[in-house]
Amino acid sequence: MNTLQLPILIIIAFLFGALLIPLLGYFARRLGYITALIATALSLFFSISGLMHVLSEGRISYHLAGWMPPFGIELILDPLSAFMCVLITGITFVVLIFSGRMVEHETPDKTISYYTLTMLLLAGLCGMVLTGDLFNLYVFLEIAALAGYALVAIGDKRAPVAAFRYLTLGTVGAAFYLLGVAFIFISTGSLNMGDVFKVLPLLEDSRAVIVGLTLIVLGIGLKMALFPMHAWMPDAYAYASSAATALLAPIGTKVAAYVLFRVMFYMVDPDFLRHDLHIAQIVGYLGAIGVLWGSILAICQKELKLMLAYSSVAQVGYIAVGIGLASPLGFIGAILHALNHACMKACLFFVSGSLRFKVGHSSITDMNNSLRKTMPWTSAAFVLAAISMIGLPPTAGFFSKWYLALGAIEQSNWIFLGVLLVSTLLNAAYFFKVIERMYLKPQPRVAAPSEEPSEDPVQELTDTTHVNRNEAPASILLPTLTLSLSLLVLGLANAWIVTHLILPMIPDWL
Amino acid sequence: MTELMENYNGFLVPAISFIQGYYAYLFLLALFTIGLYAMMMKRNLMKKIMGMSFIQSATIMFWIVAAYKEDATVTVYHQPLGLENPDLYLNPLPHTLMLTAIVVAVVTLGLSFALIVAIYRRYQTLDEPLLLERMQ
Repeated sequence: MNTLQLPILIIIAFLFGALLIPLLGYFARRLGYITALIATALSLFFSISGLMHVLSEGRISYHLAGWMPPFGIELILDPLSAFMCVLITGITFVVLIFSGRMVEHETPDKTISYYTLTMLLLAGLCGMVLTGDLFNLYVFLEIAALAGYALVAIGDKRAPVAAFRYLTLGTVGAAFYLLGVAFIFISTGSLNMGDVFKVLPLLEDSRAVIVGLTLIVLGIGLKMALFPMHAWMPDAYAYASSAATALLAPIGTKVAAYVLFRVMFYMVDPDFLRHDLHIAQIVGYLGAIGVLWGSILAICQKELKLMLAYSSVAQVGYIAVGIGLASPLGFIGAILHALNHACMKACLFFVSGSLRFKVGHSSITDMNNSLRKTMPWTSAAFVLAAISMIGLPPTAGFFSKWYLALGAIEQSNWIFLGVLLVSTLLNAAYFFKVIERMYLKPQPRVAAPSEEPSEDPVQELTDTTHVNRNEAPASILLPTLTLSLSLLVLGLANAWIVTHLILPMIPDWL
Repeated sequence: MTELMENYNGFLVPAISFIQGYYAYLFLLALFTIGLYAMMMKRNLMKKIMGMSFIQSATIMFWIVAAYKEDATVTVYHQPLGLENPDLYLNPLPHTLMLTAIVVAVVTLGLSFALIVAIYRRYQTLDEPLLLERMQ
């Protein structure tokens, strides 16, 4: 296989999947599911071989249609983008296995649309990760966003309203981004990120460049659900179908955060952003506010899915804090947290999906300790993921927060450190609330039928407390368990991940 | 009196030249702001879509206006014009890029109308406060 073609193959696999699924799904619905799995597996294979190639032999630059950059569009596979591609395709593969039964159960008439939109979303997200061209990024961003709006709209009764809000705000975000790119293009005459990086130091006093960068960060911040611009996210995640949420929540905002990384650390000199413009700090402080705000709102929620959606606002804040530190430690923390949070959030949304599949609801107030008997494995997976979200060692969540905290101490930024510590307590507050109900809260006593009073009260008591095991089917349970175990593996292997995968990504000038 | 006139001119002349030099940009700024206002303040979802469309059009036209050059002619090499003066050639890139952006804008509009139809069928209203009330 020609390794130089890898960047485009990752995207093409998804695009062909999107074309084939409606055609094959016309004959048999099952074929759509299988095609989606095959396309994702192919893309995962391309991403992994790309990552291995990049780590051993350096970055791959692919010129679309043979036009040389900066005139043509360039796709870049470097350690950062290859890592993100593996993360996206890997998580999607697990989510698709989970979706098989889930989509059939929740939205049986929309399975083909679900898989087609998934493929389009993935093509857009992988394109955003791989592209080295600012305008091409906009196009991929819109492909991913449009597929995302439609995915959100496949959901319960309120989903179209949530999708509409997501659409209007998302479109404004994209418009801000495009306007910002216009300013950069007018000033530098180039759309290629590497080219802009070379030209920008000559223009750093230009007001147009400053306005352009601010608009780009604003637009991407909207897509990423950074603190004051997060209003679209909780509703969209809560009302979409479980399968769509499990797909969007772990990777959707991460890719926007990745774009922020690209723009702030690879397109612009970070010193300029840090000392002259303070954009990095502003992003960091907004993230810190988001961490607290999202956690506090999550505590107030009575519905598991809504609680997890608010906790996503907080988790995106951690990544923003890492960007705000703008140091190697902050970089490591943010990237590691993107990886960990993708696994944790997918696992938690799997659990809320399994609850809806088996119990029919995921309301926290209605939970009781029958869950630990009916669905012991799902509950265990939830506990493991919740511990990781809180950040207890040796789970993965501890280590990303650890690096962020080290970065904050290194710069004597006590505000960030305080936010990290307080947010851990807040996380514990809302996750232990659920765990307590899952394991400890007794079931409501069922009133005995009045016509036929039971002769033996002891017998009756054991009858009501004895509940049969009613675990989710294997295709739903196995992905959940895989992801929750992966949290332990990621936690134990974090030193290897940091030295072998993340350290090569950090640009020299940081 | 003359002093007053001078002060008046001292303020007015730069203002007029600013407007004259940038009137297209000022117009687009107004369009963008109206769009943002409509999206945030209007209660009807249809009007929100109009605001969204305003914002997209303003962005697209910003690129087009920025690409405008006085006295520029064709976008490709033309023998009689020669190569001495690059100001005679127009940069075609922004226009081509905006073709793509227009397509994206059309798709977004189509999707938003589809969503609005779905919302109306379920709730029989497009008024936001009423909609939130019926969603409970």
